[in-house]
Amino acid sequence: MATPADAPAAGGNRSASLPITIERLVKSYGSFKALDDVSLSIRSGEFITLLGPSGSGKTTLLMVLAGFVRPQSGSVRFADREVVLLPPHKRDIGMVFQNYALFPHMTVAGNLAYPLKLRNVPAREIAGRVERALDLIQLSAFGERRIDQLSGGQRQRVALARAVIFEPRILLMDEPLSALDKNLREQMQLEVRRLHDRLGMTTVYVTHDQREALTMSDRIAVINRGRVVQLDRPRELYERPATHFVASFIGESSTLPIEVRDGRPSFAGAPLLSAAPAPASSASSFLVLRPEKLRLLADAAPAEANVIAGHVRQNVFQGDSIVTYVRTASDHEIAIRRSLRTDEVLPEMGTAVRVGFSAEDAIIVPADADAPQTGRS
Amino acid sequence: MLRQPATSTQITHLDRLWLYVLCGLVIVFLIAPTLLVIPMSFSDSRYLSFPPESWSLRWYRAYFGSLEWRDATVVSLQAAFLTTIVATVTGTLAAYGLHLARSGAGRLVQVALTLPMMIPVILLAIGIFLFFAPLELNNSLSGLVLAHTVLALPLVLISVTAGFKSFDMNQEMVARSMGASRPRAFLTVTLPQIRNSVISGALLAFITSLDEVVIGLLIAGGDKATLTRRMFLALRDEIDPTIAAISSLLIVLSIVLLAVSQYFQSEPRD
Ligand SMILES: Nc1ncnc2c1ncn2[C@@H]1O[C@H](COP(=O)(O)OP(=O)(O)OP(=O)(O)O)[C@@H](O)[C@H]1O
Ligand SMILES: [Mg+2]
Repeated sequence: MATPADAPAAGGNRSASLPITIERLVKSYGSFKALDDVSLSIRSGEFITLLGPSGSGKTTLLMVLAGFVRPQSGSVRFADREVVLLPPHKRDIGMVFQNYALFPHMTVAGNLAYPLKLRNVPAREIAGRVERALDLIQLSAFGERRIDQLSGGQRQRVALARAVIFEPRILLMDEPLSALDKNLREQMQLEVRRLHDRLGMTTVYVTHDQREALTMSDRIAVINRGRVVQLDRPRELYERPATHFVASFIGESSTLPIEVRDGRPSFAGAPLLSAAPAPASSASSFLVLRPEKLRLLADAAPAEANVIAGHVRQNVFQGDSIVTYVRTASDHEIAIRRSLRTDEVLPEMGTAVRVGFSAEDAIIVPADADAPQTGRS
Repeated sequence: MLRQPATSTQITHLDRLWLYVLCGLVIVFLIAPTLLVIPMSFSDSRYLSFPPESWSLRWYRAYFGSLEWRDATVVSLQAAFLTTIVATVTGTLAAYGLHLARSGAGRLVQVALTLPMMIPVILLAIGIFLFFAPLELNNSLSGLVLAHTVLALPLVLISVTAGFKSFDMNQEMVARSMGASRPRAFLTVTLPQIRNSVISGALLAFITSLDEVVIGLLIAGGDKATLTRRMFLALRDEIDPTIAAISSLLIVLSIVLLAVSQYFQSEPRD
C-alpha cells in the first residue's frame, strides 16, 4: 500500500478503518451457489452484521473477505484497492473464530505478541502493547497463563484482543459469542461493541441470533440462500421488513395471509388500514403483526384503526410480560404481548376479544419468491 | 490385590488367572528369541551356542576391529539418516495435504502412499531392483535412500495424520489472517503442535531403514552393502558369533528409539 497509514501506528494518526465494497460476488460449490450475486457497501468504521439462518452463506462471505475462499466472480475492495486475489496474510485484517482458535502452545501473552512479532515490532514495544491489551481486557495478571487455564469468557477476550492488537482496519468475527452462556453472551455483546467504538475499525460480524444482531449493529444484512435480502438499520429492519422472510426471521411476529386488490389490503373480507403503501396487487401477501404492538381492546376502549375479532386460546406467563394467543374467526393465530399490572385479571380461555392495532403497525410484506415460510408466533 | 469380590459383579484377579498366563506365554514367545541373542553375544565360544559356556567380549572386539563391518555400519547409518530426513519431510507434507484435501482423489493418494506396507517386501524389492537398473540407482546410496523412503513414508504419514486429527486447522487460518504466510503459519503454529507425531514418525523411519534387509540384499551391493545385508551373508557362509554382538547392539538401539517414539506419541501436547 502506498498510503502513509502503513507506518507503525504508535502515534494513532493512521486512519482506523477502511470502507469495504463488495460487488456481484458468486461462489458456487458444484451446482450449488453458496453466494449468489452478493453486493454490499460497508462504510468506513461501520459495525455491520451478517444475519441469516444456518447454511445461508454468512461464513462463506466472511471467508471471501478474509481471503480464504476465492469466489468464481465478483469484486471485493478495501477502500479503492481490489483485494479479491490478495492472499489472506497480506490483507491486514483481524479475525475472531467461533472456537477462538487460540494457540495452545503459547501463553496468553505469547498469543497476543504473535501478530506483532510477524510485523517485526521491536521486543520492548511488543511487551508494552501486550501489557496494555491485557489491561484492556482485564486480564493483566493472566499474561503467563496457558490457554487451557482460562475460562470460556476469558478465552473470548484474548481472541478478541489478539485480533485487534496489531490495529487492523477491518475486523471480521464469525459467531464469536455462540459458545458462551446467555448471561456472559449479553455482557460480551456490549463489550465487543464498546471495543469497536473505541478502536473504530470497520467490523463485519456474523451471527444467526437476530437479537444479538439487533443489539450490536449499525446495520444488518439479512442473508438467505446466498443472497442479501435486506440491508438496513436494526429499527428499520424490525419495523419495515422488506419480505416475509425478513419479517419472520427478525423478532417475533404473527403472520396472516391477506388479499390486496387495487392497492387495498383486506383480511378475511375486512379492509385493513396500513400506513405503508401496499404492494400493487397480489393474491399472496402477508400481514405481519409484532406481539408488543397489539392491544386487547376492552369494550369501552376507543376503536383502533384496525380491529380483528377472535377468542382467547391460551395465556403464557413469562415473568415480565404475558403472551395471549388469540384465535381469529378465520382460524389464524395472533400473539399479543403485554406487561401486566399485579391486580389485573387475565381474560379467560374462550372469551371473545378484539385485537386492535394502528395503521403504522400493520406491516404488509409480499410472499417470498420461493418456499413461503410460516411466521414464528 | 483383590482376592475377594467387593461386589457380586466384580471380577477378581483369581478369575482372570488364565488370562494372565496366556498373556505371559504370548510375551515370552514374542520376546525370548530376541533376548536369547544377547547372552549368546557374550560367549567365548567360536560358534553360536546357547547357553554360553564361558563369557567374553571378543565378538564385540571383533566387530569394532573389523573394517568391513565398520564400512557397512557407516553405510547403514548414512542411509538411515538420509531416509529419515526425506521420509519425514515428504511424509509430513503429504499428511498435511491429505488432511486439507477432502476430495476422493485425496483418499486415492493416501491408499497409494500406504500401499508399500501391504505388498510383500520381496516383491517390492524385485520391483525396485528392476526399476532402478536402467536408472543406474542400484548399489548407490541415493538408490538405497529412495527405496527405504518407500518403506518409511507410510509410517510417517500414518503417525502425522493421527497428529493432525487433534489439531484445529482454524489456528493456521487465524495465524494467516494476522499476517503469517502459509509456510510461516505452518512452522510457527501447526508444526509445534503436531511435533510429537512428526518426531515419532521420524524415529520409526530411522528404525525401518536401519533394520531393513530384503531390499538391501537386492540393491545394496559392492561398497554400499548395508550392515544387515552383511550380517545375512555372514550368517549364510559361516555362523560367526560377531553377528550376535551386532544384533544385540541393534536390538538395544531399536528398543531405545521405539521407547522414545512411544514417549512422544503418548505425551499430551502442552
Ligand atoms: N467447501 C464446501 N464445499 C461444499 N459446500 C460448501 C462448502 N463450504 C460451504 N458449503 C455450503 O455452502 C453453504 C453456506 O455455508 P456457510 O458455511 O457459509 O453457511 P453459514 O451461513 O455460515 O451457516 P452457519 O450459520 O451454519 O454457520 C452451505 O449450504 C454449505 O453446505
Ligand atoms: Mg457459519
